[in-house]
Amino acid sequence: MTNTTEKKPGFVGGAANYLDERLSIGTVLKGFGRKVFPDHWSFMLGEVALYSFVILVLSGTFLTFFYQPSMAEVTYNGSYAPLKGAEMSIAYASSLDISFDIRGGLIMRQIHHWAALLFVAAAGLHMLRVFFTGAFRKPRELNWVVGFLLFLMGMGAGFTGYSLPDDLLSGNGLRIIDGMIKGIPVIGPAFSSGFFGGAFPGTEVVARLYSLHIMILPALIIVLIGVHLMMVIIHKHTHYSGPGRTDDNVVGYPLMPVYVAKAGGFFFLVFGVVAAISATFTINPIWNYGPYDPSPVSAGTQPDWYIGWLDGALRLAPSGWDISIFDYVIPMGVMVPLIVSLLFLGLVAAYPFIENWVTKDKREHHVLDRPRNAPTRTAIGAAGVTFYAVLWAGASTDLIATNFQMSLNQVLVAMQIMLLAGPVIAYWVAKRACIALQNKDREMVLHGRETGRIVRLPHGEYIEVHENVDKYELWKLIDYKDYQPVIARPDANGKTTIGNRIRSAVSKIYFEDRIAPVSKAEYELAHADHVPEAVTEKPKSKRKSINA
Amino acid sequence: MTDIEKSYSPGLATDIEKPIPNPGIEPHRIRMTDKSEKHARTAEKQIAAMFGVSVVGAIIAIWGFFAFPIVDGDLSATRNNSLWMGLGMALSMLGIGFGAVHWAKTLMPDNEVSEMRHQARSTDETRAQALEIVKLADGESGFSRRKLIRRTMYGALAFFPIPAIVIFGDLGPVVGDTLKHTMWKSGTRLAKDPTGIPLKASDVTIGSVFHVIPEGLSEMEEHKLEEKAKAAVLLVRVNPSDLNEDPDKADWSYQGIVAYSKICTHVGCPVALYEQHTHHLLCPCHQSTFDLANHCKVIFGPASRSLPQLPIAVDAEGYLIAQSDFLEPVGPSFWDIRK
Repeated sequence: MTNTTEKKPGFVGGAANYLDERLSIGTVLKGFGRKVFPDHWSFMLGEVALYSFVILVLSGTFLTFFYQPSMAEVTYNGSYAPLKGAEMSIAYASSLDISFDIRGGLIMRQIHHWAALLFVAAAGLHMLRVFFTGAFRKPRELNWVVGFLLFLMGMGAGFTGYSLPDDLLSGNGLRIIDGMIKGIPVIGPAFSSGFFGGAFPGTEVVARLYSLHIMILPALIIVLIGVHLMMVIIHKHTHYSGPGRTDDNVVGYPLMPVYVAKAGGFFFLVFGVVAAISATFTINPIWNYGPYDPSPVSAGTQPDWYIGWLDGALRLAPSGWDISIFDYVIPMGVMVPLIVSLLFLGLVAAYPFIENWVTKDKREHHVLDRPRNAPTRTAIGAAGVTFYAVLWAGASTDLIATNFQMSLNQVLVAMQIMLLAGPVIAYWVAKRACIALQNKDREMVLHGRETGRIVRLPHGEYIEVHENVDKYELWKLIDYKDYQPVIARPDANGKTTIGNRIRSAVSKIYFEDRIAPVSKAEYELAHADHVPEAVTEKPKSKRKSINA
Repeated sequence: MTDIEKSYSPGLATDIEKPIPNPGIEPHRIRMTDKSEKHARTAEKQIAAMFGVSVVGAIIAIWGFFAFPIVDGDLSATRNNSLWMGLGMALSMLGIGFGAVHWAKTLMPDNEVSEMRHQARSTDETRAQALEIVKLADGESGFSRRKLIRRTMYGALAFFPIPAIVIFGDLGPVVGDTLKHTMWKSGTRLAKDPTGIPLKASDVTIGSVFHVIPEGLSEMEEHKLEEKAKAAVLLVRVNPSDLNEDPDKADWSYQGIVAYSKICTHVGCPVALYEQHTHHLLCPCHQSTFDLANHCKVIFGPASRSLPQLPIAVDAEGYLIAQSDFLEPVGPSFWDIRK
């Protein structure tokens, strides 16, 4: 507290004092003002997702001022001449009005749609970054689950918003959802009736999707983002392995002023880029599709990109697997894609716990793995990405066939084969690539980098001069965690449990062909004849290496 | 071993001694703006210029709003308005963004600092105290001791949300057999979609395709789309010799004119694409393919059931009429479809 006899503080000082006396913002600033954040481009993916969400809230709020979620029929009489006089729902008419009769409406609609596409994309890439660097390990497993839920909510928010204009394209999307819901055993038909307020399409669903889209899902997303970020504060951010980085510290720049400027500026950059794209590239031209009518449909219909993998799953599903139980039917053309995609999502959500069950490593991990240093995880990730990518490409079978003049049937069969074979190939290629890169790193640590300089020794021998990497570079190459497979052993009762056996087998898959980090003995042996500067120099930090 | 690692098992992690100790954070590289006030001043001007550009962008966006008022029927106003407001906003955002980031990168310190982490786990002392609190609260409330209270409370907590679920019971009406019937009745004329003009058999030449709805549907005031979503039909005339009809359905067609439900049996998209040469019907959503010449059975894609056929005939005036409703449910399969 300032002494009253001191010089009168200025406006900022006065305001700060006012707030501190009521909200103790001094304590907050002291705690957070110099909090350290590490710097890396891949850490900005999550930021892009967060900022896209802010853009969505801002642009979406504008849209709610003009949009009307009603399916009552009206005759269109707006500025868009081709549809004048057409019968349509108020929802569609008000979406057209936003596009053509409200200045700034179209740019806001476009910003909203582009930001939504970016939101899910950035969240997905952020998830991949977290996965491939092992950032989900203890203590962040729960935050992985929160992030996973956020990704699901993002897809849900996207789909509910996509359906609001009540145009032909989104109506067909809803029809597909209706068909899927109806296919769920026992409760399907009743569930569909509940969702649509009766028969499809009904007069209720747009209003229901609207309250999901502008209230329930955003509220859940905001809560989850809050939890997500709070956990980031509790755990502090991870950092990549590098000199001076350990599991006990965090190296980077302070929040004030550097990160306030960088992250704050980055929000404007994301917003600016979204605005520029929205100003110049049309997205979802609903006026071309016309109002929803259950009869027409145009060829080459596709959902927004993030729903594509589910649509692809529907297309790649096998025909004729329907199961009959007495007089009841389980339509597998719907259930197989549903079950497969739910299993896939379940595996994604559970991965941190699966990996930890294998390694049984209970330590906290704050130094990120380079993907090559966890070859099996990277390979599993590559397989998952491939599986998702084939499903996603599966949503374009018709476009691939027409654009490349191939047989639609053959494209689809090829996709079905790829869906099963692709992940296996990707797994193997990624694992081998990681191991090759690890070998290269090892070579670099032991013998330095090739300089391309050939020297002839006095006795006539030619050698290529290798240059030792400096100690900072070296540390990056050697600082990683390494695990060994475990052998199933009998427990105290002399029994080898099935769980133990499975774990032993899985640990073999994970770690059997591992490349161990260079040990001190190996390193010293390799450098016995030419001791490099890096070893002789005294280390600056007194901290012992973390990866004993 | 550090504090964090002391308390936790490393699991399968190996214990390999590092060749060199952690060398510590790399020394800071001095930037031009750190050592030369001239460079710093240049950077300052650049940043100020970017903020200036941002103001210009905002002005462009405002100008875009007023310069292109909406003109009924003229889309160029909308286009210009959207373009200039968008570009103006983009410029004003990018100006601030680039300015702030440039500021951070050139003039704010870029020497990395290190901060200690704390293990997530509370200290043993804190945990003991927390446990003490829980025990105290348990003792004071008698939560563990008074089983009757505890169990009835669990019961109450389990039951109280049920009304919140039941209350949603009227989200939709009971399905009943609505999924199994459509608007088609014996004698309903086949009308063109969307005009609703009835079709004569003589209008349908060989090879032609008509999108068909029941007569009267287009004049409906209520539930038009719901009825259409079930009743839409695709009408095709082929050479009668190309048709491979079931003997018991032979009178469902009229001189090679056949009518099939247009609602895909996979998930309900309209099966809107007809290939004249092969007599194949293709659903554009998921590419289920049906063979029109063979009672629309599935020959490719994810659908499992054939498209239901609408039995048709011709009335005294030559108009195409339905003999009855579809004899099986149209659209996607569901649990009690055969009931």
